[in-house]
Amino acid sequence: MITVQNLTKKYGGSMVLNIENLEIPKGQSFGLVGNNGAGKTTFFSLMLDLIQPSTGHIMNNGVQVDTSEAWKPFTSAFIDETFLIGYLTPEEYFYFIGELRGQNKADVDKLLEGFEDFFHGEILGQKKYLRDLSKGNQKKVGIVASFIGNPEVIILDEPFANLDPTTQIRLKAIIRSLSAGKEVTVLVSSHDLMHVTEVCERIVVLNKGEQVKDIQTSAETLKELEVFFGG
Amino acid sequence: MLKHFLTLEWKSFFRSASFKANLAIKIFMVFGALYFMAVFLGLGIGAFYIIKKQGWGDPLLIVNQFMIYYLVGDLYIRYMLQKMPITNIKPLLYLPMSKSKVVGYSLGKTVVSFFNWSHAFFFVPFSIVLLKEGYDPMGVIGWHLGIMALFFCNNFINVLVNNKDNVFYALLGLFSVLGICQYYELFNITHYTSPFFETLYALPWMAFLTWGLLMAIITWAFAYFKKHMYLDAGLAGKKSTAKTEDYAWLNRFGNLGTFLKNDIKLIRRNKRSRTSVIMSFFFIFYGLFFFTGAVEVYDGPVWKIFAGIFISGGFLFSFGQFVPSWDSSYYPLMMSQNIRYREYLSSKWYLITIATIFSTILASFYIYFGWDAYLAVLVGAIYNIGVNSYLVLWGGAYIKTPIDLTSNKKAFGDKQAFNTKTLMLTLPKLILPLGVYALGHYLISPTTGYIFVGMAGVIGFAFKNKVFSMIEGIYKKEKYKTLAAYKQKA
Repeated sequence: MITVQNLTKKYGGSMVLNIENLEIPKGQSFGLVGNNGAGKTTFFSLMLDLIQPSTGHIMNNGVQVDTSEAWKPFTSAFIDETFLIGYLTPEEYFYFIGELRGQNKADVDKLLEGFEDFFHGEILGQKKYLRDLSKGNQKKVGIVASFIGNPEVIILDEPFANLDPTTQIRLKAIIRSLSAGKEVTVLVSSHDLMHVTEVCERIVVLNKGEQVKDIQTSAETLKELEVFFGG
Repeated sequence: MLKHFLTLEWKSFFRSASFKANLAIKIFMVFGALYFMAVFLGLGIGAFYIIKKQGWGDPLLIVNQFMIYYLVGDLYIRYMLQKMPITNIKPLLYLPMSKSKVVGYSLGKTVVSFFNWSHAFFFVPFSIVLLKEGYDPMGVIGWHLGIMALFFCNNFINVLVNNKDNVFYALLGLFSVLGICQYYELFNITHYTSPFFETLYALPWMAFLTWGLLMAIITWAFAYFKKHMYLDAGLAGKKSTAKTEDYAWLNRFGNLGTFLKNDIKLIRRNKRSRTSVIMSFFFIFYGLFFFTGAVEVYDGPVWKIFAGIFISGGFLFSFGQFVPSWDSSYYPLMMSQNIRYREYLSSKWYLITIATIFSTILASFYIYFGWDAYLAVLVGAIYNIGVNSYLVLWGGAYIKTPIDLTSNKKAFGDKQAFNTKTLMLTLPKLILPLGVYALGHYLISPTTGYIFVGMAGVIGFAFKNKVFSMIEGIYKKEKYKTLAAYKQKA
């Protein structure tokens, strides 16, 4: 589904990302971990063509991301609050995204029904604009919005941060069920080693922009990661 | 303690993003500031003699008569522009310093604001002239100090009423009505207010009264802020109850409708964009300067087109100029969503066009000044739709200033919005239509001039698709730079 070749990103003289080769097959749940400045968000921004690569390119389902826009209809993401429109209510925001992705109101409502638990009664019908929601609730809106329109690739940057424990557990279940069908490729980054090992089949560790580990998740993975980051 | 506050202030000033504007703009701004100082100084010195020469009566009485409007106008300008002191005190709250000190510092900061001392450029020379002309020194000093206290009162009143929009607009409405009443000699509020200002001169000790009033307001403001210095009280942002709105009637426009819906919500729900639209409404009346002959410089026939462009193009200039910055806070979303630039730009273009047509209809009262005047508005509108609408969208690609939708700061012009490219684009927006008109007017006849300008608009309209493709290309080319620029908060 996703192929990365000789991808580098330089700012001034310093290399912030350098991935020689990376293949993510369709339907995989892919985890990206690394310390601050490891290049996780840089990689995701490159995947969304929000920044330009210094060399190399990313192919998303056969589409070269930095030259064509044809990846947009089947790719969705939630990176940070710049993906939210502050002056809309959550409902309006969902419908807006839905309209852009060819879903009518009924489709969106149907999808939202499945997330009633996840919203915990704090999102819909609250008479609040997104800008007035708490950070955690904003995140919930952004994450669910990225599920609208049956995307084939979903990119979530730090989805667990700022969420309460109950929601974290629910989100893990949601991500697992997404990738269970082997239709949706989910890319997740996190600082929390436990969460990623729980939801991702495969984990790649970035360190200062370089890919240092590529692990198929198993019972020992968490230990291995803890040794790596602890050492 | 004060030393800490002052270094903080110093750094926040010199490290602000807007301070790092380029040298040319800084020089430009310095000249602008000097110009205004010179104008005020000139007015301060000259007002006395002008009033005398025109035979309107005692200059001091005349100034006193209009003082109430001056004060209200000052309050209005402060309300719109003056930055509130409370914005930066959040990080100070939990530090080991007393609340009184933090409040005192924040309020004290407003005292040295430009909005206070700029008036000195008028009042100091005016008072000196009064002394020179043989007015009673004690009286002049009392008057001067008394008025000064009133301006400082304005400063603190503004701090207190900040964000109370309904109070403010009610007041503004009241004084507009009073002003109109005075103009038509129905009711004259200055009969009741000017005696007060005159007493300041006649009984200099009265100045103590206004200073007492100032002290009272300061104490009030101080107590108010100290009491409300909690995150969920005075420091809380205003939250409004949201209502989900549908605008289903826009659905028939497909994707275009989606964006139009969003733009309408953008305008209605954000302070900054609302202000822009209100401003564009006032542009409609800009033509009065031209068609009433109030300003002699504007009497040339060519200036009519200038007025026409502005009357119908208020929205175009105040809103259109900042496309795509209106969407700056969520630009990454727009860029990674299933959106075509063409549709995005079209929706903005339709918005501008609709607003232009609407302004033109509202401006039909110019028929009162003759069909000639309204014809100028009409061809101005055609030119705006056919040519200027593209130019603002094109220029927008180069204005990479993120807009904070929730604040009114900088709504009246932004230093960063001035760059050579946008400046160059202003020429065809304003000067070109004047040239086109002049060509027709002086070579053939005034009517031909109008036809020429209208034709330019129609021709521009015909090339809509071609121009849009070009603008789309520029937006695409600038995309990464724009994204990076919006990331830096102003």
